[in-house]
Amino acid sequence: MRLAFILGEIGSGLRRNLSMVVSVILVTFVSLTFVGAAGMLQMQINQMKGYWYDKVQVAIFLCNESSTSAGCASGAVTDEQRENLGKMLESPAVKQYISDFQFESQAEAFQHFKEQFSNSPIVDSVTQDQLPASFRINMKDPEKYQIISETFSSQPGVETVSDQRQVLERIFVWMNGASVVAMGIAVVMIVCAVLLITTTIRLSAFSRRRETGIMRLVGASKTVIQLPFILEGVIAAVIGALLASGTLWLVTLWLNGDLSRQFLNTPFISSAQVLVVAPVLIALGGGLAGIASLLTLRRYLKV
Amino acid sequence: MRRVRRGCRRVMIRFENVTKVYDPNARPALDDVSLEIDRGEFTFLVGASGSGKSTFLRLILKEDRATSGSVYVAGQNVANISSWRVPRLRRGIGVVFQDFRLLPQKSVFANVAFAMQVIGKSRSIIRETVPEVLKTVGLEGKEKRMPHELSGGEQQRVAIARAVVNRPGILLADEPTGNLDPITSMGIMGVLDKINQNGTTVVMATHDDDIVNEMRRRVVELRNGVVVRDEAKALYTSMIPVVGESRLLKDASDEELDRATGAQQ
Repeated sequence: MRLAFILGEIGSGLRRNLSMVVSVILVTFVSLTFVGAAGMLQMQINQMKGYWYDKVQVAIFLCNESSTSAGCASGAVTDEQRENLGKMLESPAVKQYISDFQFESQAEAFQHFKEQFSNSPIVDSVTQDQLPASFRINMKDPEKYQIISETFSSQPGVETVSDQRQVLERIFVWMNGASVVAMGIAVVMIVCAVLLITTTIRLSAFSRRRETGIMRLVGASKTVIQLPFILEGVIAAVIGALLASGTLWLVTLWLNGDLSRQFLNTPFISSAQVLVVAPVLIALGGGLAGIASLLTLRRYLKV
Repeated sequence: MRRVRRGCRRVMIRFENVTKVYDPNARPALDDVSLEIDRGEFTFLVGASGSGKSTFLRLILKEDRATSGSVYVAGQNVANISSWRVPRLRRGIGVVFQDFRLLPQKSVFANVAFAMQVIGKSRSIIRETVPEVLKTVGLEGKEKRMPHELSGGEQQRVAIARAVVNRPGILLADEPTGNLDPITSMGIMGVLDKINQNGTTVVMATHDDDIVNEMRRRVVELRNGVVVRDEAKALYTSMIPVVGESRLLKDASDEELDRATGAQQ
């Protein structure tokens, strides 16, 4: 009975304040979309970093059957060549620059590739043979990359020596900048949303002061009096959060559709990852609205 | 005039040296008021505007806190009631106002049912109780009317029904006949009397001398926050001439002054 009563009160409150409620929904929608976008940019950066990014700096890719570079004219790397390269990495001349290294076999490379590109159609068309085995090197001083590159790129069995960081770092700087801007806009919009919720709840409390006055006099509990107002704000904010989540989901669909066909070498975050962001957005929207409503009621609704 | 204090159980409302100060620079709204109202008693609270009647009622409801002294309702010191238990106190007290305070978009039935819904009474109990109470206040068959379709007296009856539907032990009425003509007012007094007969303690603040004189109940007169008269079966204006009356009356409103002198002549 009491639940039905509270729900009825919420319904009438939402109807009476429709224009304000719609504006709350829209403002939370926009602000949370920016919050979500910032979060998903960070997820995208992690996705692009792949397995090795945070662990090593330099990779020495070895020839495989399909390598086309000049160094691989004699075909795939032989076991002998590989052991040779391993010995070179252990030799004092090279060892002084590196702190440690690991060998990634084709099988392991394929495993990591599948993980990184799990959302991409490319994963189905790539086989283990097409991926190069590699030595992954952790530098004592990343600036000394040139020395490694010069020493190894001309060795037999080496396809290429690359510093993946240098390529990705520039993109990441841009993406981090974008996520900071998105976060900044989000903060401003969240302030707007909170102020708007405060005003809406205040209006709502004012327009229903007759009811709440009577509720107080006949001894309704604080919960019964305040809950409809708080839920009004929370419901509006949660609708906004759901719209934001939906928008972000559409963005991931676009990333994995059109965009992933254009940039086959870039792994994109999946639509499923929206499921990680959405609960955060809903909790954030609902929580902020709840707190804003509660504080407003404490000032404007005597119980 | 103090009444002899009877057994504690019989006392419904007790004021012990209660002082209420709203503005430290002005005189207190209530000044060292001590008073007892028994269970089942009908008490008129009379006095000019600003004499402290409304403050008296607000203190019973714990809408305000006494500056000093204690207020006991049903044996409980209201100062010791924690804020989350105040609703329980108020469930035991019904309140009626001069301006009815009905919800305009709700029917008569819904207005009365509202008081039960918000404290979580079940639908079946509401369906059972509301018609009974409407019958008590003389509004049988008017359940579906909207407040604007009712006369002032009928609206006040709805308000009374709402105040007593949860069977409170106390009914506070703040000038319930203030907006009504004399005949309608007498009808309302009949309803309040009937509720009082059923055992509810009624405290009614009023300016209406006709009603007070007609009913012949206990009268407590406040002036400038002080109890100046407390008589059983009394009239609106005291029969006993008070020395220095004219000086005291200077503080009262003109209307009060006219009434007081008119009754003495």
